[in-house]
Amino acid sequence: MSGWRARVLFFIALLATWQALYSLHLWPQYLFPSSWSVATSLGLGFADGSFPLAILVSLRRILIGYLISLAVGVPLGLLIGRVKLLQETVGTVILGLQALPSICWLPLAILWFGLSERAILFVVIMGAVLSICLSSVDGVRNTPPLYLRAARTMGAEGWALYWRVILPAALPAILTGMKLGWSFAWRSLMAGELLYVSLGLGQLLTLGRELNDMSRVMAVMLVIVILGLTVDRLLFAPAERLVRERWGLNPAS
Amino acid sequence: MTPKLEVIDLRKVFTTRRRTTEALGTVSFRVEAGEFVCVLGPSGCGKSTLLNIIAGLERPTHGEVRMDGVPVLAPGRDRVLIFQEAALFPWLNVRSNVAFGLRQQPLSSRERKRLVEQYLQLVGLRGFERVYIHEISGGMKQRVALARALALKPQVLLMDEPFAALDAQSRDTLHTELQGIWAQTGTTVLFVTHNVREALVLGTRVLLMSARPGRIKHEYPVRIPRPRQIEDYALVDAAQEVLADLREEVLRAEEEAGHEWLAR
Repeated sequence: MSGWRARVLFFIALLATWQALYSLHLWPQYLFPSSWSVATSLGLGFADGSFPLAILVSLRRILIGYLISLAVGVPLGLLIGRVKLLQETVGTVILGLQALPSICWLPLAILWFGLSERAILFVVIMGAVLSICLSSVDGVRNTPPLYLRAARTMGAEGWALYWRVILPAALPAILTGMKLGWSFAWRSLMAGELLYVSLGLGQLLTLGRELNDMSRVMAVMLVIVILGLTVDRLLFAPAERLVRERWGLNPAS
Repeated sequence: MTPKLEVIDLRKVFTTRRRTTEALGTVSFRVEAGEFVCVLGPSGCGKSTLLNIIAGLERPTHGEVRMDGVPVLAPGRDRVLIFQEAALFPWLNVRSNVAFGLRQQPLSSRERKRLVEQYLQLVGLRGFERVYIHEISGGMKQRVALARALALKPQVLLMDEPFAALDAQSRDTLHTELQGIWAQTGTTVLFVTHNVREALVLGTRVLLMSARPGRIKHEYPVRIPRPRQIEDYALVDAAQEVLADLREEVLRAEEEAGHEWLAR
């Protein structure tokens, strides 16, 4: 409970510092808005429906893009992790492509798909799929040899070995990849929406900049942070905790 | 009559780019049905390699292993291996772990459930069916591993220092229980250890292996009445002789390691 209290106190202090800095008038108000005007922008954004719409559009995009990334990345990773030839060929390419920030795919995507929804989905997928795939490869490759030997001595071979031992053993790594993939997808989406304007939270940011409305920009940033945190806290953190505990990966237990 | 398990001129050489290591140097022995044979040797003498080859997890460089006269070529349920670490699957609860090997067999789910319960009963773990692996102690883990292996009704149970990582109390308890289980099931057991007293508590026969490359140096029949305990006088006496023999091998192993280190 004291940790919780410390956190609340910290945020109050943060707000107070903000307000103090603001009242010193070091920067013009249109560059450094007060916390109150950001809160007002936030309220207005929700009242006029522009924020909920942008949230829905962005969430829809990331959901579709992320699900496709999972559907492609996990099976591909599981395959690459087991087949040495694929690892040496496709695996190398994926490793190389991961060095490329996914937003760099945007010019290509626009040429391929035009200024369409598909172009932005492509960027999101390129952001998420590689890390999901690589984590799955790692998971498969790092299956403890002892598990494999134990399963084989009990007569498990081939597919049974894969489904019943390698896949569950790789699950913690796959989950890490899923979490990483989500945050990459989220970043890619925001970058894509910033550059390529057509609805979504990124567009609200661009719009705010064009209107010189800094408090609106900050309000949108706040929304983005809160959405990201919420998904992590509600989805990934509990799943990860359960798996880490069950798999005996927590040093304490 | 063909023996249950026959190891014939088994040799294993590991070759790396740098050098070749002879892990196992021409080992031959037989195990009759229902025997409890302990293989005793200093660490690094190739006794784990020997078990792995018998289990079919490794191929020998030379020689062969026969079960009921049939050469062993691959892993199989007739020779289940138990490891030093229990090697249970953490994503499964106790019941599903014990059922793991049974799922490879065409059994009805009722029959499978019955077998799981029967073997959990045998190792004294009824009531722990739904518990997950991270929630139980090291000794309990090895019991689950034992139940998991026995449920497959192996012809030979292979045990690779299964109690080496346990505390003394759990180990003593498991020694007593394993003797009981062996008497009850009649399973043939091949048990590898570096602990003289453990070998004498459990085995009907003890095979002493030499330092690397491992060979069978001596064979000791153990005629002490069961159930044996680690502090039995007869056992402590018998241990003296074997211990002297083993110590010689441990010293040789260390000397060898020293030479190897110097040669690097």
